[in-house]
Amino acid sequence: MKKILISGLLASLLAACAAPAPKPPVDNTAAEEAARKAAAEEAARKAAEEAARKKAEDEAAARKKAEDEAAARNRLPNAATSVYYPFDVDVVQDADKVAVEAHGKFLSSHAERKMRVEGNADERGSNEYNLALGQRRADGVKKMLELGGAKADQVEAASLGEEKPKATGHDEESWKQNRRSDMIYK
Amino acid sequence: MSLSLLRCVWLGLLWLYLGNAQAALEIEIIGAGEKQIPVAIAPFAGDVGLSGELNQVIMDDLQRSGLFRLVDASAEKAQRPSEIRHAAWVGRGAEALAVGTVTTLPDGRFEARYFLVDMVKHEVLLGEALATKPEQVRLIGHNIADAIYEKLTGSKGVFSSHMAYVNRQGGFFRLLVADSDGYNEQVVLSGNEPIMSPAWSPDGKRLAYVSFENGHAAVYVQSLDSGKRRLVADFKGSNSAPTWAPDGNTLAVVLTRDGNSEIYLMSAEGGNIRRLTYSNGIDTEPCFSPDGQSLLFTSDRGGSAQIYRMSVEGGSAQRQTFGEGTNFSPRYSPDGNSFVFAHRANGRFYIATQDFQSGQMTLLTDGGWEKKPSFAPNGKLILFASEARGRGILATVSSDGRVKQQMFTQSGDAREPVWETRP
Repeated sequence: MKKILISGLLASLLAACAAPAPKPPVDNTAAEEAARKAAAEEAARKAAEEAARKKAEDEAAARKKAEDEAAARNRLPNAATSVYYPFDVDVVQDADKVAVEAHGKFLSSHAERKMRVEGNADERGSNEYNLALGQRRADGVKKMLELGGAKADQVEAASLGEEKPKATGHDEESWKQNRRSDMIYK
Repeated sequence: MSLSLLRCVWLGLLWLYLGNAQAALEIEIIGAGEKQIPVAIAPFAGDVGLSGELNQVIMDDLQRSGLFRLVDASAEKAQRPSEIRHAAWVGRGAEALAVGTVTTLPDGRFEARYFLVDMVKHEVLLGEALATKPEQVRLIGHNIADAIYEKLTGSKGVFSSHMAYVNRQGGFFRLLVADSDGYNEQVVLSGNEPIMSPAWSPDGKRLAYVSFENGHAAVYVQSLDSGKRRLVADFKGSNSAPTWAPDGNTLAVVLTRDGNSEIYLMSAEGGNIRRLTYSNGIDTEPCFSPDGQSLLFTSDRGGSAQIYRMSVEGGSAQRQTFGEGTNFSPRYSPDGNSFVFAHRANGRFYIATQDFQSGQMTLLTDGGWEKKPSFAPNGKLILFASEARGRGILATVSSDGRVKQQMFTQSGDAREPVWETRP
């Protein structure tokens, strides 16, 4: 009897507690349905977005890869573009041969590229002699470029003689800068 | 007196400034001729401005030659030989006296009338009247100085002749023509690309030169009267070192179109190209002998730059310069008996001459940065490029090495000078 009473009391207590809280069962179901739908839509949108982003990324990566490959193909050789000479000498020195060969190889694989070689001389000698010396220097570089695979019509050799000195002093420091051929891509 | 002692003698130091911007330059003279002729130039009567300038030009020319000593004649009032009071000149040492007048003609021109009188024999040596536009007063002055020079020395004067040279200022180049004293500069060509090697046609009416305006050295011929020009050599590589044959129709040029710097003959109008030299070395700077039969040129075929001579018909070349050093830029003397060139030894450039018969080289200068010599038409003076005060300047030396002159232009470096070849 005592047990029943307690149970009854508990039940009524429970009832008393539960009574004010619950929403109407119909309302509850509709909201859940709407939320689920919204979530599904959100997920679908996110998936689509993700797919689009992935696609764009893949395309960008492919494009970049193609560009990189093209750039690598067209990248100028990582080699010096000037060569230097001892006094009254027109032969490319051993130290500079690697650079000239690298440019020759590049020109050989890029038939569309053109280069101008400008020969210069220091001021010791007559202007005309130095013009001739600068031409021999430029012609020597052109020949070496051709040995490396460049076609004759890709390379123009010109001389500036002593007319456009890079350094203007009457000293070896200036002269050695002016005894020079420049390889200039057009 | 020894040459070295004479080199130390500073006979005259002239500072010539021209008021207008057209041609301001200073001229400095060092040394004196072995025998200087004492001469007096009286102030010409008439328009003070014109006569004053005229007198100054005549006196400067004579003084600059190093062959005259000017005796003061500022008090002489005579206008014609009969008015000269010879008694007043006794003991003053003048061997010759010039007197004259300047008058303005009805047509606006001015006329200079002058007489040169032998003050020892009391004879009239010269009497002339010259008329021209007032702006050409300097030209008349040069003409009178030429006449006096010729009468008293027996050689033709060169004061009324011209020179061409290149002025380089930073990266800006101008090809200029000027009077023999550096005045009256005229711009023939200017631009940002180098200009080299001007060469006078024998009649003095055209210049051949090298311009880089097409990206490489190419040869042009330009008329000085009309300014019209023609591109005569523009082959691949370098086209350079033009020089005129005495006939005025043929040029010698240096081309690299066949693989090396070689000398060719061609028409001054372009075309008709004939190759003259075949060597593995550099052949350049050709110069015709006065009779047009041979060429001097610079070549390093023997291992270093030296002077060679060959026939204009081609064939073998004979080496002319030997010994220590290298040699460049040969030019025949007007009589064809010797040549002048730039001699490089011990890190210096000298102006030197060499006699064909003796093969003897004579240094005319003390050395420095001295290049590109050329004879004046009378063979008595040599014009060359030098350096002073850190600038490229024009300089002359008498062919006996006694008298030197430096011309300082206003700005920039003077390069590649050449004296007109017209006699």
